[in-house]
Amino acid sequence: MLIKSPAKSSLKEHQVTDESVYLQRRQLVKKMGFIGAGTLIASAIPSVVHGKGLDFFSSEPTQTFQRYPLNFTANSTNNAQVLTPEAKVTSHNNFYEFGTNKSDPVNNAQSFNVNPWKLTISGECDKPYTLDLDALTKSFVLEERIYRLRCVEAWSMVIPWVGFELATLLKKAQPNSRAKYVAFETLYDPEQMPGQASRRLGGGVDYPYVEGLRIDEAMNPLALMSVGLYGKTLPAQNGAPIRLVVPWKYGFKSIKSIVAIKFVEHPPASTWNILAPSEYGFYANVNPNVDHPRWSQASERRITSGGLFARNRIDTLPFNGYGGEVAEMYRDLDLRKNF
Amino acid sequence: MKYNVFFFKLFIHLAALLPLVNAYYLAFTDQLGADPVEAIIHFTGIGAFNLLLLSLVITPISKRFKISLLVKVRRLVGLYSFTYALLHLTNFLVFEVQFDWLLFLNEIIDRPYITIGMAGLLILLTLAITSISALKKRMGKNWQKLHNWVYLAVIFVGIHFYWSVKSDIIEPSIYLFISITLLALRFEKFKKRIKKS
Repeated sequence: MLIKSPAKSSLKEHQVTDESVYLQRRQLVKKMGFIGAGTLIASAIPSVVHGKGLDFFSSEPTQTFQRYPLNFTANSTNNAQVLTPEAKVTSHNNFYEFGTNKSDPVNNAQSFNVNPWKLTISGECDKPYTLDLDALTKSFVLEERIYRLRCVEAWSMVIPWVGFELATLLKKAQPNSRAKYVAFETLYDPEQMPGQASRRLGGGVDYPYVEGLRIDEAMNPLALMSVGLYGKTLPAQNGAPIRLVVPWKYGFKSIKSIVAIKFVEHPPASTWNILAPSEYGFYANVNPNVDHPRWSQASERRITSGGLFARNRIDTLPFNGYGGEVAEMYRDLDLRKNF
Repeated sequence: MKYNVFFFKLFIHLAALLPLVNAYYLAFTDQLGADPVEAIIHFTGIGAFNLLLLSLVITPISKRFKISLLVKVRRLVGLYSFTYALLHLTNFLVFEVQFDWLLFLNEIIDRPYITIGMAGLLILLTLAITSISALKKRMGKNWQKLHNWVYLAVIFVGIHFYWSVKSDIIEPSIYLFISITLLALRFEKFKKRIKKS
């Protein structure tokens, strides 16, 4: 029988803050702050106007979507970049399936049901296969990768993903010689995804969301299939249960909640390219020298912590700073034309 | 009557200022969503548009229901619309491009949606300055002529909003529709004016 004798310094179970209290910590602090501020201005204004009624932004959504801890090799080379806090990574999302506002996904995706899940890998390959929810986190060795994520809207984050290389997943299917591209597809389930059910909520996008990569891009070691972030499985609003992360391309290439991966011979369609071909190309490599028609891509705002006065505007780097690993693939390509 | 105007104006001051103070407080303390910069820019932008539309429905409503009290606060609502719009631009300069003046000017010139928004703001600025009572008196008939430009401003602002979104055009479309409707309500007035000149 194993007898454990915990060190004196280690926390005991009863000392851990109860999760329900922990989750409310901000509301508690906020309420205290509001009472404090409230008494200051109470003499000046009628009591009806302050209080929760005006505080219509700050109510933080409670995240009830279940996340589980993952086993993975920790990232050893975080080249001293400040991570974007987890609360921001999970509450500032472009996931139009759950609404077009940045805060819509966290509010609308909490009851998203990912069990059962089926990811099929098929098309021009010898050994097509499917993975169920359990297999997504258990079929491959998981590792942590800290990547910069550069959105086409000129903001960026630094996120510790957990996942495995896309190449590993692809090679298992043994693609044949006609496999020139890889096409990806997000779940289509209007009952669960309000943005797919309503054009107003979904921003006029034709669903399901689709994306694609050239086969050499897909096989690049940087291309990651992510099943988690900050050590746990993905939150629904970040693309649970499995998503792509292509750190040298604009964020919209990193398709979420994937149900199908297909090897194809011809360039596959990609959702934003269909919507506005003059604004979003197939390649969508991060490129400070090619502006979006409606805004500059030369610099970006890095979202970390700090409020309005965070001096967070930084220069955007070609290929989001991953040129050393990926630039070679585009040697013969005019990146101005193939933006 | 006098008291009514006073309290009505006080109410407008509070209704316009309190949300603004609240939003900036939350943004400064990093509680206004994950990206307080985007949030405060959107808040002041849409706030300016709402107030501008509000100032334009005042006249038709007060005429229809004969409530003279409303007309007395029209200038105040218009001035708050201008205030929000000015803050909207200031947010862009201070928090978005963070005093990169070259980028700021380039964006105004190169990006049609910003150019047209800027044109709208310049009209509102002109109207705000000439809203001073003394100037209004001195301008005589020209004052109304100048202030009719508000309809051009509201169309500019509507296009600015429409062009700024990525694909979710429904909300800006509704705003544009309301703007054009308000303009159409004055159709008779403009027809007469054109005939005269």
